[in-house]
Amino acid sequence: MIESALVDWSRAQFALTAAYHWIFVPLTLGLAVIMAVMETIYVVKKDEFWKDTAKFWMKIFAINFAVGIATGIILEFEFGTNWSNYSWFVGDIFGAPLAIEGIFAFFMEATFFAVMFFGWEKINKKVHLASTWFVALGSAISAMWILIANAWMQHPIGMEFNPDTVRHEMVDFWALVLNPVAVSKFFHSVFSGWMTGAIFAIGISCWFLLKKRETRFALSSIRVAAIVGIIGTFAVMFSGDSSGIHLAKYQPMKLAAAEGLEDGGTRAPFSIVPGVEIPGMLSILATHDINGYVPGINNLLDGYTTPDGVKHPSAEEKMAKGKTAIDAFTKYRMLKESDPVAAAEAREVLDKNVDYFGYGYIDSREELVPNVTLIYWAFRVMVGFGTFLLLLMAAVLWMEWKGKLKNMKWLQWVSLLSIPLVYLAGQAGWIVAEAGRQPWTIEGLLPVKAAVSSVSVGAVQTTFFLFVAIFTLFLVIEMRIMIKAIKQGPQIEEQKGE
Amino acid sequence: MITYEFLQNYWWFLIALLGGLLVFLLFVQGGNALIFLAGKTEDERQLIVNSTGRKWELTFTTLVTFGGAFFASFPLFYSTSFGGAYWVWILILITFVFQAVSYEFQNKAGNLLGKNAFRAFLTINGCLAPLLIGTAVGTFFTGSQFTVNKSAVADLGSPVISRWANSWHGLEAVANPFNVEFGLMVMFLTICLGALYMINNIDDEKLSAQLRRSLLFSFIAFLVMLVIVLIQLVTMEGFAVDAEGNVFMEKGKYFHNLIQMPVVLIMFLLGAVLLVTGVVMTLLKKEFNRGIWIAAPGTVLAVMALFMIAAYNGTSYYPSTADLQCSLTLSNSCSSEFTLKTMAIVSLIIPFVVAYIAYFWRQMDKKSLTKEELKTGEKY
Repeated sequence: MIESALVDWSRAQFALTAAYHWIFVPLTLGLAVIMAVMETIYVVKKDEFWKDTAKFWMKIFAINFAVGIATGIILEFEFGTNWSNYSWFVGDIFGAPLAIEGIFAFFMEATFFAVMFFGWEKINKKVHLASTWFVALGSAISAMWILIANAWMQHPIGMEFNPDTVRHEMVDFWALVLNPVAVSKFFHSVFSGWMTGAIFAIGISCWFLLKKRETRFALSSIRVAAIVGIIGTFAVMFSGDSSGIHLAKYQPMKLAAAEGLEDGGTRAPFSIVPGVEIPGMLSILATHDINGYVPGINNLLDGYTTPDGVKHPSAEEKMAKGKTAIDAFTKYRMLKESDPVAAAEAREVLDKNVDYFGYGYIDSREELVPNVTLIYWAFRVMVGFGTFLLLLMAAVLWMEWKGKLKNMKWLQWVSLLSIPLVYLAGQAGWIVAEAGRQPWTIEGLLPVKAAVSSVSVGAVQTTFFLFVAIFTLFLVIEMRIMIKAIKQGPQIEEQKGE
Repeated sequence: MITYEFLQNYWWFLIALLGGLLVFLLFVQGGNALIFLAGKTEDERQLIVNSTGRKWELTFTTLVTFGGAFFASFPLFYSTSFGGAYWVWILILITFVFQAVSYEFQNKAGNLLGKNAFRAFLTINGCLAPLLIGTAVGTFFTGSQFTVNKSAVADLGSPVISRWANSWHGLEAVANPFNVEFGLMVMFLTICLGALYMINNIDDEKLSAQLRRSLLFSFIAFLVMLVIVLIQLVTMEGFAVDAEGNVFMEKGKYFHNLIQMPVVLIMFLLGAVLLVTGVVMTLLKKEFNRGIWIAAPGTVLAVMALFMIAAYNGTSYYPSTADLQCSLTLSNSCSSEFTLKTMAIVSLIIPFVVAYIAYFWRQMDKKSLTKEELKTGEKY
């Protein structure tokens, strides 16, 4: 019997690793672009100042990059160590993007990181600049493939269940790659990385302004970072909008939970905070139509019919279909050698109900509802902080443009203190995406309790706390080293323009 | 004609190739095992760290890609071994995790634990990672205790397909001397490769002499382990698979595989000869520093041959001693034909990737690393 504690600890371990990984990855994605832009300016303008500026951010980038790699390798292998059933049940589809990520992206990052970092004196300027852009490109391609994999967990397409091999098998590679969820997820996540890099660089630069040090460096960094960050934020907003449409279509329970929407309908309101609503807004966001129907949690559990007459089954109906599918699966496997006719009949029943296979593991309708409070608030943290940070970057850029930022201490302080907010927004986003998908590892196909490895609870607890200790140690050391490196400041030879 | 069987074999070839490249690139680990042994002074230790430090990400990436490729092509291995031999893989991962941050952290102000702690992490990873990976690969020949029951998916209370049949979850592999000897062989091999690489990559007379001494000792140790492993490998019972997919024990199976697949035998012998030549020439000629470029292809060939005799010619590459018929073979553990075909197309990019890596490797390493460069240029 799989204990629920095993599922919980396995989830906790994966969540821990993913959360730590996402502390380091967005900064990699964002800073890579910022320093590549800076180096481009250096190559175009032939001004050593920009080289030194880029080099400072590269130093910070490298400190951060290492921990991202360390947490990333654990994530990849945890699919096997802790989610063994998952790895077989959907490995035929899920393994491919992981392998492609390695072949296409990781080698690019690994090769050009070394060239970028150690190659200043060894290769010519333009090849060096290309290497820096390749590091940025490599990290974005890496994000793309892992997000294709993640998007497939949110909206599985391009596969068929094969009862002989007992797994889902890929039948359409391009459906997997061009999964609409993957496209918006890619833009949403990668550009949120641009935001992170931008807010980080602006915050740190403002610290230099507060200390009245390296003013030209700080203001120049702010200009580049703010432009990158604002572009990033708009891309995040647009992809967020299409994510809303996808949620409504493919993961309505997640959307209902994110809105705390008990009972839905047409002209559904959007909740800003409990008690404050904008009428009809949720319908607009979810369907781009004020009269669009958005089901609530109760509708999804009880079953509902949309205004255009499409009937959606209740939780109990889905669970019954799931049990029918699993029974037919067993029958098919038992009879396929001895009684091909009966086996063919069983196969037909299975095929008819296979979309609900995962519901066969669900014992009660309550299991189908994710943690509403967590997701509701995580969504508000993400959107709230994201909006605030956009306004902040716009203000910073405007004031810098006007030449006033240098003397606006309060705005410098706000920028510095806003660094944690961008991290909280990113973490909150992933909580919405992942905790919002519960109880599923793959939406509708495989619940967490059927995906887990058979190891002892004690073993997973041990590794969980081991990872807590290791990752936290690394984070503390990383922050200490970064702070020292920042305090040391950029090694800029000429300080004209101060 | 590209059949399903061809694709399975093609993908095992790629796994073998990645395995071979990984063992070669573990020269990074082998080099780090020598930080305190061959590096006597601070300057020398810094040279070692900076020499392997410019290549560690390639090794790391190859390991990750090896894992990813195994997942994509033989997912039942991924789900059975990783979820089953839990502790072995977790230990391997932890040593790599410490390694990943140690280069960047070791020489930086504010690193909390001090320079030597991080260099110790590098050394520990340098010894343990090849040892543990080698021990794990040893079980390809000796088997592990697990069961696989795909119908278990319908058991609603406990739907786990692959289960480990003991509570040691992989640690029991060390109870079989062959696995440990295999691990030690890989470890000493990577130390040889590390020494060879640094003799080539670092321009420092004194350190070079010390590395040559380390090379001699590790090479002797490697040869001893190699002979012990080979004698057992050619005489032991192996896990054979008949045409119906039934697994049975066959005396001298791996020896038969070598004889029945002469190409593999030639690969192995050629690999061994190149490896030995690279080392011996380095040991005999004081000015000769290109041994790594002879030993490297030798290593790749020999390791590939070992992977091939583990799986080709009707052999189970991940045998189960708990239930022989649960053993993993290429055909019962692989991905669907569609996925293997798709991934085969993807794999055509590999030569291009290898080419750009090789090009930039040459560009970056035209001149060997010196103490002077560490004083003026970027360094860890």
